[in-house]
Amino acid sequence: MTGAASGKIAIRGLRKVFADRGGRGGTVALDGIDLDVQEGEFFCLLGPSGCGKTTLLNILAGFDQPTGGEALLDGRRISAPGPDRGVVFQEYALFPWLSVMDNVMFGLIETGTPRPKARETAEQYIALTGLRGFEKSLPHQLSGGMRQRVSLARVLANSPEILLLDEPFAALDAQTRLLMQRELIKIIQSVGKTCFFITHSIDEAIFLGTRVAIMTARPGRIKKILEVTLPYLRDVTSSEFNALKREALKLIEEEVEAAGRQ
Amino acid sequence: MRWQQEQVRRIAVPLGLVLVWEAAVRLQLVHSAFVPRPSVVAINWFYWIAGGPEEVAPLYSATWLNHVLSSTERVMAGLLIATVVGIVLGILVGRFRAAEQLLDPTLQVLRPIPVSAWLPFAVVFFGIKNVSAIFLIFIGAIFPIYLNTYHGVRQVDRILIRASQMLGTKSHRILWRVILPAALPAIFTGLRLAAGLAWVLVIVSEMLAVKSGLGYVMWDAYFFMRMDMIIAAMFSVGLMGFLTDRVIIWIKDWFTGWTQGLTMEPVQ
Ligand SMILES: Nc1ncnc2c1ncn2[C@@H]1O[C@H](COP(=O)(O)OP(=O)(O)O)[C@@H](O)[C@H]1O
Ligand SMILES: [Mg+2]
Repeated sequence: MTGAASGKIAIRGLRKVFADRGGRGGTVALDGIDLDVQEGEFFCLLGPSGCGKTTLLNILAGFDQPTGGEALLDGRRISAPGPDRGVVFQEYALFPWLSVMDNVMFGLIETGTPRPKARETAEQYIALTGLRGFEKSLPHQLSGGMRQRVSLARVLANSPEILLLDEPFAALDAQTRLLMQRELIKIIQSVGKTCFFITHSIDEAIFLGTRVAIMTARPGRIKKILEVTLPYLRDVTSSEFNALKREALKLIEEEVEAAGRQ
Repeated sequence: MRWQQEQVRRIAVPLGLVLVWEAAVRLQLVHSAFVPRPSVVAINWFYWIAGGPEEVAPLYSATWLNHVLSSTERVMAGLLIATVVGIVLGILVGRFRAAEQLLDPTLQVLRPIPVSAWLPFAVVFFGIKNVSAIFLIFIGAIFPIYLNTYHGVRQVDRILIRASQMLGTKSHRILWRVILPAALPAIFTGLRLAAGLAWVLVIVSEMLAVKSGLGYVMWDAYFFMRMDMIIAAMFSVGLMGFLTDRVIIWIKDWFTGWTQGLTMEPVQ
């Protein structure tokens, strides 16, 4: 056990420097991040592109190691990827040779669930994510929205402690994105999972998050955390929603300008 | 209608070529002692396969199947060993840095040596035996399989490996669950190239290193000035190579059917 853990996820003085190819020096992507994500909350990380959001998520997922500081899940230091953290990638990352059913069963099989039980559980999450009737389809036969449903069902089937979502809807068209945001809220409410959701869209962050952390331009730090107490599903035309939007927009604009000056 | 049209298109060119050939010999544009008419080739090929009257086909009567089987056996043996060794090496070198450092330099130096250059070595080392021919086919077939497997492994999208890790795949299973299926289309490309080469090499090695098979018949017929048999043997090789490729495509489609619809289709 390391550090004084308080949240589901605890990030302490996290730094990440990417060494330049061959030479000395490098890119400081994250510079001293301190953050706690509480059990059951929907935590949104909002920041301009290139500020280090994916870098942070990769460290939480265990794909990448920090240069300094540490990240803890339930008080244990994160050092490698594992089924306790389900990652939803912007690029879907489905196995193209496996059917929807086999993609959703993948994690269950790998973690030792017997086939009949795995199939049963997979069917349950296929139904939850609205994929009934597509069990035999291959990923490339599905639309982007459907693929992202598969990718969500695949991690939910594994019953992870937390979901890590890296701009999962950024590649979708505007209508599909709105639909998927609503569906995601319903799904998360029904399974009661903690979420760590990355986005560069202010609307998306305020629509989804119970807390929204705004990052600075590179090197990434946490600039401010906004609490969003509005009940789901949120009315995006309400004055409370717009007041939050205005505040977030002002904070982000400062950072985009700062990035422009770099 | 569409089906008939497609079939006509498929046989038009070969049929036309045979007619031109028949006409060229009949009009004595080429001498029939050098190039027999296609009808003569067809009849003697038939005797070679099914047997014929004693006075016309004494030498080769009804031996076709045996020669085809000898050649096919060598091709299959060489190809099978090359497939197993090539895939294993390709995966090891593609996946593990240490294997790359240990094996790749040796393989890259051996690769430019033409297979024909191995022929004298093989005959001296193994003798005029089946194993010489199989060895030569193995040498020729292993490199396309090795290289395509290696590239297939190297081109696996890193995000798929990450996805499988976060879903709980243990590191020793990643090869089986992600890398191999993702590399399979490339491996089959290597296999098809290798099979084509194997039929080339079986003929070359049978001319010099053994006393049976289609290559042996070709060389033998050359000494007896039997151009009809040379041509019949050439067609037999073409046919066998074609059938081998069909079988591989059939197996490939079975294993990598998921790529259908991912790649382009020819226009009508
Ligand atoms: N593997 C890497 N090597 C070098 N630099 C990197 C690497 N990954 C990310 N970076 C740099 O780190 C910064 C943050 O990247 P990233 O975390 O992907 O940003 P975001 O996800 O917020 O758009 C960027 O400037 C990017 O160029
Ligand atoms: Mg990113």
